[in-house]
Order: sequence, then C-alpha cells, then structure tokens
Amino acid sequence: MSEKMDIRKNWEEWLESRSKMTDRDFKYETVSSLPVNDLYTPLDIEKLDYQKDLGMPGQYPYTRGVQGNMYRGRLWTMRQFAGFATARESNQRYKYLLSRGQTGLSVAFDMPTIMGYDSDHPRSFGEVGRVGVAIDSLQDMETLFDGIPLDKVSTSMTINAPAPILWCMYIAAGEKQGVPSEKLTGTIQNDILKEYIAQKSWIFPPHPSMRLITDIFEYSSRHVPKWNTVSISGYHIREAGSTAVQELAFTLADGFAYVEAGVAKGLDVDQFAPRLSFFFNAHIDFFEEIAKYRAARRIWARRLKEKYGARSPKSWMLRFHTQTAGCSLTGQQPEINIVRTAYEAMSAVLGGTQSLHTNSMDEVLALPSEKSVQIALRTQQILAYETGAANVIDPLAGSYFVEALTNKMEEEAEKYFEEIDRRGGVLAAIDQSFFQQEIADAAYQYQRAVDKKKRIMVGVNEFIDEDEKIEIEILKIDPQIEKDQAARVQQLRSDRDNLRTGDALDSLRKAASGTENLIPYILECVRSYATEGEMIQVMREVFGEFKEKPIF
Amino acid sequence: MARKIRVLVAKPGLDGHDRGARVIARGLRDAGMEVVYTGLHQTPEQIVEAAIQEDVDVVGLSILSGAHMTIFPRVCELLKENGAEDIMVMGGGTVPEDDVKELKNGGWAKEIFTPGTTLETIVEWINSNVNTD
Repeated sequence: MSEKMDIRKNWEEWLESRSKMTDRDFKYETVSSLPVNDLYTPLDIEKLDYQKDLGMPGQYPYTRGVQGNMYRGRLWTMRQFAGFATARESNQRYKYLLSRGQTGLSVAFDMPTIMGYDSDHPRSFGEVGRVGVAIDSLQDMETLFDGIPLDKVSTSMTINAPAPILWCMYIAAGEKQGVPSEKLTGTIQNDILKEYIAQKSWIFPPHPSMRLITDIFEYSSRHVPKWNTVSISGYHIREAGSTAVQELAFTLADGFAYVEAGVAKGLDVDQFAPRLSFFFNAHIDFFEEIAKYRAARRIWARRLKEKYGARSPKSWMLRFHTQTAGCSLTGQQPEINIVRTAYEAMSAVLGGTQSLHTNSMDEVLALPSEKSVQIALRTQQILAYETGAANVIDPLAGSYFVEALTNKMEEEAEKYFEEIDRRGGVLAAIDQSFFQQEIADAAYQYQRAVDKKKRIMVGVNEFIDEDEKIEIEILKIDPQIEKDQAARVQQLRSDRDNLRTGDALDSLRKAASGTENLIPYILECVRSYATEGEMIQVMREVFGEFKEKPIF
Repeated sequence: MARKIRVLVAKPGLDGHDRGARVIARGLRDAGMEVVYTGLHQTPEQIVEAAIQEDVDVVGLSILSGAHMTIFPRVCELLKENGAEDIMVMGGGTVPEDDVKELKNGGWAKEIFTPGTTLETIVEWINSNVNTD
C-alpha cells in the first residue's frame, strides 16, 4: 500500500517537472488514432490481476499464448501466400518455396475462381491467372499439387464464397494421391461475414452462405477432423481502412456469429469451435498490434467459456495467422517496404502468432517477383534465428504500456460488441451498413491525415526522393495463359462423363433446395469433374445473389 | 458561377478492393463535385451506361486486379460506340508505370494515379482538366 503511495507521489512530482518541458509539435497517438500517454507506470495497471487476466502460457485465458512452450516447441509456420497464372506455374512456385525452407503452403486464387466463374466465362475476361491461380475443376487441383504429398504439407486456401467447392476439390485431390481426408491438414478461409463487411467477394446472400459454412463444420468434424474450417479474418477489415480496435472487435464479433450459427444448427460447441482459427493484420504501430493479439486471445477465451459454455480448452484457444499490412506499404521507394515488413513481422511474433506471411516489397506495384519473395521469407528466418525474439514467451507481458494497452483494446472492443448486439447482431449490422460505414469513415480520416501531413509516411509525404526511378523487376502474366486455361476447361467439358456430371449437378440442385448437408453432393460433383462455375451456377439459381448498397 | 463537375467513380472487375474508390468518391464530393459511385463488380457495359445516364464529365476507374489493360480500352470503345467519347476517362490503382504510359499513349486514359497520390492532387487535376463553362 505504501509502495503505491510512493509511486503516485513520485509520479505527481515527475508530472510537474515534466510539464514544464517543451514537446515536439506532434500528435501522439497510434496509427489507429488512439491517443497514448508519454509514460506508463504501475498506476496504469493497478487493477490487473495476474492470475485472472494473464495466467501462464497455454492456460486460460491464454493472454500469454496458446502453447505452454510457445516457439521453443515449434516456431511459427512461415507461410507465404502465393499463386498465379495456371496450376502448373503455381505448382512450380510451391515446389520452389518448399525447397527454400517454407513450411506450409498458402494458395492465392484468381478473381474468377474467387467469384465462382470458370476461366471461359465472359466475366472472367482479362482476369484469369492475374492475382492468383485459376482453378476450374478437380483436374486443375490435381495439377496444382502434383508431386506435393498432401499428407505431408499443410495448405491454407484463401477462398470464401466458393470455399466448399475448393475444399472438396482438395479432398478429392487427396483421394487421387491415396491420402484419406482424415489426414489432411490446412485451412480454408471460408469467412463470408468479412466479405460483406470489407473484402466484398461474395456470391450468395448471407443466410445460405451461413448454411454452407455450418455444413462444412459438420462434415469436417466427422471426416476432416484436422482441418481449420474457418479463418476468421480481420486482415481485410484492416486493409479496407479500419482501426486496430475495429479489426479486433469486428473479427471477434464474426467469430461469435459463427459459433452461434453452429450451435443453432444443433452442433455441440466443442465439436467445431476447436477448428476455428483467426487471421489478423500486422500493421505498423508496433505496440498497438501486440496489444491487439493479446486482447484477442483473452476476449475469445472468456466468451467461449463463459458465454457459450465450451468445456474443451481447445475451444477457448484463439489460434491465428498473421500477414503484414499491405496497406502500410508504399509504391514510392519500394525497397523500404522491407523494413516496414520486418517491424510488422516482429510485432506478430511478439504477439504470439501461429503462422506468418511477410509481404514482398513490390506488392504495391504488382505480383511479387521471386527475388522479393525470397527476401520476405528471409525476413522471417532472421526473426526466428537471429533476433532472439522467439526465445522468451510473451516477453512484453508486464510492460506497463503493453498491459494497459491490452486492457484498453479489450474495453473498446466490448463497446463495439454492445453496439452490434443493440443492432440485432452481425447480420443485421451488415444489412444496416454499420461496419462498412465505420470502416469507410476511418479510411477517409486516415487518408486526410496523410494528405495534410498530420501523419508522416516516409517517401510519400516526407523524405520524398524526387528523382526516384523505380527499378523493380515486375512479374508479367502472359495473356496467352487466359486463352490456354479457357481452352483447357472447354476440353474438360467435352472429355468427361457428362451423364455422371449432369446427375451430380441435378442432385446438388435438389439438395440445395432442401436442408440436407450439401458437402457430400458437392464432393460428388467435384469427383465427376463438374466445373466450379457449373456448381456455383446451380447454387446461385437456388440461393440468389447478394447486392450491397454502394455507400461512401 | 460555373456548374459542378460530375464524376462517376466506377469499380470494374471482379475484385472487391473498394477502399480507394470510396475514399476518392468522398474526397471529390467534399471538394464540391457531384459524385456517383457505381458499387462493385461492374462490367464495362454497366459503367458506360451509368456514365451516360448520369451525364458525367469524368469516369474514374479504380482497378487493383491487374485487368487494367483490358478494361480501360473496353470502356473507351464503348463510350465511342455510344457517341459519348467527350466523357473523360481517368483511373487509379496498382498499375505499373509501363502500363500507365501505354494506356495514356494509346488514348485509353487521360491520367492514372497510383498509390501515394493525395486527394488534393487529384482534385486539382480534375479541376484543371474539365471544362465547366
């Protein structure tokens, strides 16, 4: 008690003398406009209860990390997101990355695949193989993983609206290699809620989309038990311009919505919650990001245990992938993006991430070249093996600042949860454009601050290199690739057993109109080499399409 | 008093990266222009139809999917087919320098702004390139 009095007295004295000093003219706040004090002391974390709020790593509420030994047991998975052109080219890139020490695969799909169009569809024109790999059918999926044993690698697939289809293609590609689905490990993003909120790659309206997701929960719990069925993503929310608190709150709110949907389907929470995983952004504000990850773990654990009654510790643990912030990078002086990315990656590691993608310096300009991908991967290897950042578990715990900021993030997130509840839940809030407007406002404020130089971005509004000539090798996609891929899917449609494909598609249509689990029907379509576009079209006819209000 | 400049901010292609489009739309509106935002996933046909219907001076295409080399020319061709080639086409997004040059030289885009451009720059550029007499 007397020690506390001493600190307060000492603090007051310091404040008095400090207030006479002249500070630089600068706005002291996080990149999310959260004001920060100049000093944090034990007074800022007086209410922090070690046992209740932090505990040990691997223990509830997991603030300090989900594993008891963290990176001493296993380093985070270095997982570089890659994919371009056709399955054949991407397959070669994956083999290159695996040969250089990467430990997991992460598949980027092209926009037609993401939106459910085959490569020969008019809406695919000009977009085939541009931002990721074009996958039209099981045939392409077989090529994509040719020579890569699916029982040995874990694969993350960034796919949402058509996730059940691409997941079934992966399962079927495993079957072709003789790998049973029980042995497959990996993740499908499958987070449709953040599509409506931020990323905007939707196809169907929310209700049938949520049905597909819970169908995956159910099927996975029986047949693909090691698969992460959703990667609940804040990454895109942040990239769309949100603050750190919004990223945290909206992402966790989406997570709660999936839990509630699974429970509403009649599943036991412990049957599917352990397979939910998360995906966060690592932005440039170092301490704010670390606090965000720590707060995320604590909030999730508390909600799952206390509100949703989960009994399995695996349901309480928030496991997450991190990607450094694409939106923090600049087209100007692109090489300095390497430095930004390195700081961001370090915050993710100090925040206890399970896997990490580091952006390449040239991603603002184009698809990354092999050289820049290698530098990005090396950045992680330096972090893991040279800096010492992985030696000690949650090394910033107990920092007055980091603990105070962790508490603050939790408090602010709770306010958003209340607001979302008041609005009738996540789906209702989406319908009211609540998230979309909050993010648009934050993005606009950020841009204004940069434009008016209230926020400095090196190379953009300060320290500009006037004579800059960008000398970065840019990866170009040959337009012939689109023609070849379109021809390949047309060839497939004439070669396959069309009676079987037609029957499978008819069965899918009937099942979609009812309430049965759709996964076995989709799997049969996939095995019969139905194309993605054909399956989506069948479901679109039954489910309809989503349209958003274009607000700004 | 000169009339207000009318701008259609359009988001062609299949991707959903609309942060830039929305920020620009709002910035142009705050600068006194009349702004219509198409929303996502617009085909060139839909964009040209909206541009003509809204009687705009400028169409701003926001493209981050890499499809710029097909979309800019297509929009220009459709404007011409519809006798609306007086509508100016500009754009923004992740467009490599060489492609910017090619699009400008080919007459497919009057100007293309890449990441890092301030709103003020874009507002000034539009003000000095659009005739409002």
